[in-house]
Formats: sequence, C-alpha cells, structure tokens
Amino acid sequence: MEQKVVSLDSISPAPGRRAPSACSTGGCGTPPSGGTTDVPAHIRQKIESHPCYSEEAHHFFARIHVAVAPACNIQCNYCNRKYDCANESRPGVVSERLTPEQAVRKVKAVAAAMPNLSVVGIAGPGDALADYRHTFATFRLLRETLPDLTLCLSTNGLALPDHIDDIRGAGIDHVTVTMNAVDPHVAEGIYAWIFWDHARRTGLEAARILIERQLQGIEMLTAAGILVKINSVMIPGVNDGHLDAVNAAVKERGAFLHNVMPLISDPAHGTHYGLTGQRGPTAVELKALQDRLGDGARLMKHCRQCRADAVGLLGEDQGAKFGLEQLPENPEIDPEKRAAYRAIVEKERNDRRQEAAEARAAIRRWAPPEPILVAVSSKGGGRVNQHFGHAREFQIFEVSTAGARFSGHRRVDRYCSGGDGEDDVLEATLLALDGISAVLTAKIGRCPRQRLSEAGITVVDDYAFDYVETAIARWLSARGIEEEDTARIA
Amino acid sequence: MAYKIIAADCTGCGSCEFECPNRAIRMKGDIYVINPDKCTECQGKFDSPQCVAACPNDAVVHA
Repeated sequence: MEQKVVSLDSISPAPGRRAPSACSTGGCGTPPSGGTTDVPAHIRQKIESHPCYSEEAHHFFARIHVAVAPACNIQCNYCNRKYDCANESRPGVVSERLTPEQAVRKVKAVAAAMPNLSVVGIAGPGDALADYRHTFATFRLLRETLPDLTLCLSTNGLALPDHIDDIRGAGIDHVTVTMNAVDPHVAEGIYAWIFWDHARRTGLEAARILIERQLQGIEMLTAAGILVKINSVMIPGVNDGHLDAVNAAVKERGAFLHNVMPLISDPAHGTHYGLTGQRGPTAVELKALQDRLGDGARLMKHCRQCRADAVGLLGEDQGAKFGLEQLPENPEIDPEKRAAYRAIVEKERNDRRQEAAEARAAIRRWAPPEPILVAVSSKGGGRVNQHFGHAREFQIFEVSTAGARFSGHRRVDRYCSGGDGEDDVLEATLLALDGISAVLTAKIGRCPRQRLSEAGITVVDDYAFDYVETAIARWLSARGIEEEDTARIA
Repeated sequence: MAYKIIAADCTGCGSCEFECPNRAIRMKGDIYVINPDKCTECQGKFDSPQCVAACPNDAVVHA
C-alpha cells in the first residue's frame, strides 16, 4: 500500500526483495560514508534532512531553489547571467524569474508533487542578499504557508553583515557563503568589480572589502547559531593552491562545511574565464585537493553545482516540469503523504546504516592493499539501482582497507551539447571514468560492457538493488575468495 | 540630462532600480527603463551615476 502513498522509485529495493529489519536505535555500528553521526545532536537534527549539508540526506531529500533574486552586487569572472540555456546546469542560470508570490505557488506545487521536498533555498540567480527585498519577502511568505520546510540561502557575502538580523528573523538555519580567496591578491584575479557603498570598486580595494565583509559575516552567522557552508570555486592556476588557506580561515570562524567545486568554464557561456581560456580542474585534480583538505563529513563532495532554479534530488533536476505556465492554480499538499515519506526514509536510513556497518568488515578484509576507485550508477537511496545507460552521473567511492568512502560524483552528460550518437556518449563516459577500477551497475548492455572491459574497467552487475556498501563488500569478497581458490589450485 | 538603458543589453535584474536615488527606473515588459524627467545623473548625491555603477552588464549609457 505504501507504494501508492508516495513514489519510492528512487529508494526502494527491487520488488520482492525484502529489506533487512531496521536497527531500532539507528546508533549501532558505523554510518555509511558521509553519515552524520560524528556531529553534535543539535546540529545533526538541523542537517539530517538537508540534501546539501548531509551526503546521506541527499539520497532521500529534494530541494527547490526559487529564482526570485536576479540583482547582484559583484561581478565574478566565472559568471555571466546574460544567457540561459535550458540544458545548461551551472549556478547563476535560470529559465524563469519569479515574484515572491509566484515562488510560493511554485514551492506549493512541488511540495504537493514531491513528498521528499525538505528545503527551499534562494540562490539568486543574482545574489540573495544584494536583492534582499525579494529574498526576505519570499521567505516570509514561505514561513507562513509551508512551515515544515527548511529555509536556506546562498550569498557572495558582500552584504552579509547588514542582514544577520533579517536572516535570524526569517528563521533561516543554513547560509552558504561563496568564498574563493582570503588573500586580496588572489581574489583580485577572480572578481572584476564589486558595487559597495554607492560605488563600483575594482582591483585590490574591491578584493579587500569583499574578503573583510565575508569573514565578518561568517563570524556573525556562527555567533548567531546559524549553520554556515562555504562554497569555493577551484580555479587552476588562480586559487587552487590557496584553498587550504581558505579552508583554515573559515573553519577557524566556525563554518560547518566546506564545499570545493570545480570551475565550469566554456567560451559559449560568455564568462570572462570562458572567453579567456581559463580551464576548470580535472576530476583527478579536484580529488587531490579534496584529499589534501581531508576533514571527512565536513568537506562536501556531493555538490552538483545546481542552477538557481533547480528542483528535485541533487543531480536530478526536474525544474522543467514546474514552469509557471504548468503550475496548478491552488496545489493541494497532503501532510500525510509527507509524513509517510519521512517515516519510510527513517527506516531506509537505519537499514542502510546497519547494512553498511555489516559490509564494512568484509570490505576491510577483502579490499586491495592500494586504494581503488569504484563508480556506481544509482538513482538514489544509496543503492546500486540504475541501468548503466541511464546514468547521467556516477557516484565514486574510494575503497581501501579502511572501508568504502564516498569521494564525489562524475557527470557523464556534457554541458549544453549532448553527444551526436551513442558512440560519442560512450566515449565521453569512458573519459569521465578515467582512473576507475570497477563500475557497479544494476544492468548494462553487451556493447558498453565490452568497451569498459577493453578500457580495463571491471563491470559488476551481480548486486543490483543492493546498498552500495553491501554491493562493494559482496563483490570484493566474491573476488577475493575466487583469487584464493585459484591460488590454492595453482 | 539623463541616462538610458540599452534594451538589448538589459537582463532585467533590477540592480539599477534598487540603487536609483530618484525612483526614476521602472520595469517595462522584460526590461528596465529610465524616466528622463526624474533622472538627475545622481549629481549632488553620489560621485557616479548609481545605475551605471551597479549594472552587471554595462547596459546603462548617457542618453
């Protein structure tokens, strides 16, 4: 019957397969990678249904960004909001701007259609605090209409110190500050100008003001008990060697989470970096930096760099289904559906935690001495439950004698320019899987299987619908036992 | 004495409207327009015209 109450397409196991019984406390064993049990309880409660703040939550909960704030007060060299391409996925891009009233209507429609919606954020497409009138008008309406949603905003930080009371007053628990440098000499190369105190300012002066305001704002937020996430864009040759310093500076001021994102740069986007040939980092460079920063659950690795009008689970944008034209006049939200979904998620999470804890011993025993990277095709719920050919991204796990640790995702679709044929797509996929030892997938066709094998990548499709950790453990132990048998016979 | 917004370059973000001390800027359709009767070029108030300084697309020019 539950199937009729809410769609469990993304999290349910294969039909007919019984999930193991739930762990009654949820506190047993070790959480899966990115789990949240290593943070204090009062913070855990704030993040456990926020897909951006908890890697675990992003398998279950969806967010919506409402594009009510088009005005901005700085010009970043990686941003250009003049163009909108429906196929593009990058921050700052939106298809439709909304008034606060339209935004509330859209959020209601999405909440009615998606019982897993837990967060509403304002992330532009300009700057949420430069355009604070629209931002706070929207948050006020949302608070009145949909009090069970978590409110969240994202800013460049320039106007942040002026709005701490507004943020607290609106009941906003989570604020993201994009901070790419703490040294003005580095920042100078990232921002063309800022508009502050009634004047456009450039160069070192602009960089100094921006950094000072950002750091001051972060301190004020943490003092007010608001969770702070820092987004940093990794720009090779500009700030890649400097992000350790940013990490240290923001942690010192109480930031909860640091998210290092790769620069998205393409001449077609018309950005300064795109037009001047500044490249983004490779997946390998990004991972090397993330490894250097360390930090476990306090370093966000599951970011999908979503649009300022994104809707749905991270990495699975459904914004196109919720254009203003398509919205029902007065959407009906069924609170029972939402409660039912949360109850199911609670059970799934406990199941997953328990299975992951059980899998861990096997992974430790059978993992190769040198860490390997494994790519998983999944449509959510922390399971290997997606057909290889349907995957638009792979979740990457680092498997070592310490266990299986989530280390990021790799996209296989290309921005704004799909492949011309299946061969093209497969080529692009193979490139995206550079350095991967094995692919775990629910199902795969004959041709891609062969191409992956030729590229030296092991294809594993025997553990469809298992939790990722369980699938890795079962694959490693089957492989290990087979190797031992071979060795014995020889 | 006035400034104007080049329609083709206006993204409709409204940064100029926020900053205008004379309430001379209003949305018209998808873009913003400056009412020349109200525009003072910010003289006597600021060192530079606020709409020019704030526009992310450099779409505001001397009329």
